[in-house]
Amino acid sequence: MPNSKLLEIIQAGPLVTVQDLDRHGSRHQGVSRAGALDDLSLRIANRLVGNADDAAGLEMFFGNTRIRFLKEIWFALAGCECFATLNGKPVYLGWTKRARAGDELFINMPRNGLCAYLALDGGIDVAALMGSRSTDVQGGFGGWQGRKLQTGDLLPVGKKNRKQLKTRGVLLPILNQEVRVLAGPEAEQFAPSVQDAFFSHGWKITADSNRMGFRLEGDTLIRRESGDLLSHGVFPGTIQVPPNGQPIILAAEAQATGGYPRIASVIQPDLWKLGQLRPGAFVHFRKVDRAEAAIAKQQQQRYLERIALALSIEN
Amino acid sequence: MKQETVQIYCVNEQAITIQATAPVSLEQQQRMWALGASFQARDGITEIVPGMNNLTLAFDESLVDGDALMHELQQGWNNITVCAQSGRLVEIPVRYGGEWGPDLADIAAHTGLNVDEIIRIHSEAEYTVFFIGFQPGFAYLGGMPAELTTPRRSSPRQTVPAGSVAIGGAQTGVYPKTSPGGWQILGHTDVVLFDPSREDPSLWMPGDRVKFVVAEVAHAE
Repeated sequence: MPNSKLLEIIQAGPLVTVQDLDRHGSRHQGVSRAGALDDLSLRIANRLVGNADDAAGLEMFFGNTRIRFLKEIWFALAGCECFATLNGKPVYLGWTKRARAGDELFINMPRNGLCAYLALDGGIDVAALMGSRSTDVQGGFGGWQGRKLQTGDLLPVGKKNRKQLKTRGVLLPILNQEVRVLAGPEAEQFAPSVQDAFFSHGWKITADSNRMGFRLEGDTLIRRESGDLLSHGVFPGTIQVPPNGQPIILAAEAQATGGYPRIASVIQPDLWKLGQLRPGAFVHFRKVDRAEAAIAKQQQQRYLERIALALSIEN
Repeated sequence: MKQETVQIYCVNEQAITIQATAPVSLEQQQRMWALGASFQARDGITEIVPGMNNLTLAFDESLVDGDALMHELQQGWNNITVCAQSGRLVEIPVRYGGEWGPDLADIAAHTGLNVDEIIRIHSEAEYTVFFIGFQPGFAYLGGMPAELTTPRRSSPRQTVPAGSVAIGGAQTGVYPKTSPGGWQILGHTDVVLFDPSREDPSLWMPGDRVKFVVAEVAHAE
């Protein structure tokens, strides 16, 4: 591979995976969407280094990851504040940085948030499966050998973008613990007081959360109807309430179909926040209608357009 | 023309489900497949996901108007004609019993059938892939003869090997991947149900017909 630059994983954190934006069009075969949980941060990091939005980067849960660059390369970090260093010197989130051959990047344990994203000029160069380079950890395919990264892995990087990069930064989105949702199809199967409870207090994100879903702990949400639902399509952001009354927010690697009642659904422009739901922290839900969701989507698009514009003007 | 009622609702801003309200039937399932197929070539439709007597379409809301799509689904449901399409026939060779089917004795005890009868009934029936979910390539099969109905194990196994052919309640299915599971295992197939490197990774698709073919039977002493 003449153009491939290499990254060496010197120390892999608990869950480091190759991810792009998503894998779609295969859900009828039971295939998960996969892709970056915090897709907004991956997009921003990709834009900084001149990549297409859907180039593959690294998603790192809880930092604790050390990477050696074997050739000179530009990179950018986004996502949670992870106090990264390059050869011991601070690296700022949302800025491009040039690494030289042999340089070591350390992603530290974040104090807030969950996932950090590393984008590289040229993207991680793994084969696309079903239209995506994302790792499906549960399915054991895609990304790098169908698994999370381990110490000693050597990753190829694609051909660098032609543009000469320089040091530049963008304003990152502000993270709060509020996630906006639409009422779910089965919301009315919960009494008004139970629906109020869902919105009135923060939900603790439990330790058994992962890329499939975030399990929450709080008031027990009792459904007023009984009886099973027929299996139906579910998506990342769908909030299910299993019989134990403790909701689950389905995430990137959620199964394609499910049968639990859906009390709410995270609006698309807030899905990225799932990537920053840190176990032990609390998340609040705020109900919006479809019109508000559409405005939120437009606002996010404008933010991304401003970034694109800023990055194009400066060259 | 029959006008069964359906419910059409939004799952989120980018997905709409049409759900038949009548009891589950193959005929309604066929209409869902046909309705899904009619959207196959449509710009902006990102996923077409059949469920149990329902169909979910995901779409790019910058290209597709959700309200218009709901209307179209209702129209489509009223007008769709199901051709006598019968899907492909997928044959699954199964080794029944013995170490391949550790729960065959339990199924016999519950159903009151003997092992040979269970194998005969299970392998003579023709099944239909209603939809795929739970895991990549896991097919929800319709058509298991009611006399084979056996409740799930009281305590699920930590590890069910990939290729295990099993019964869970009124359904039968095959585990595509080694995973925990509570279904009663009656046999094993070497067929790879899901291979991400194939053009169509899933061996079967909704609407396919399935036969389990007896490859071998291990008899208990």
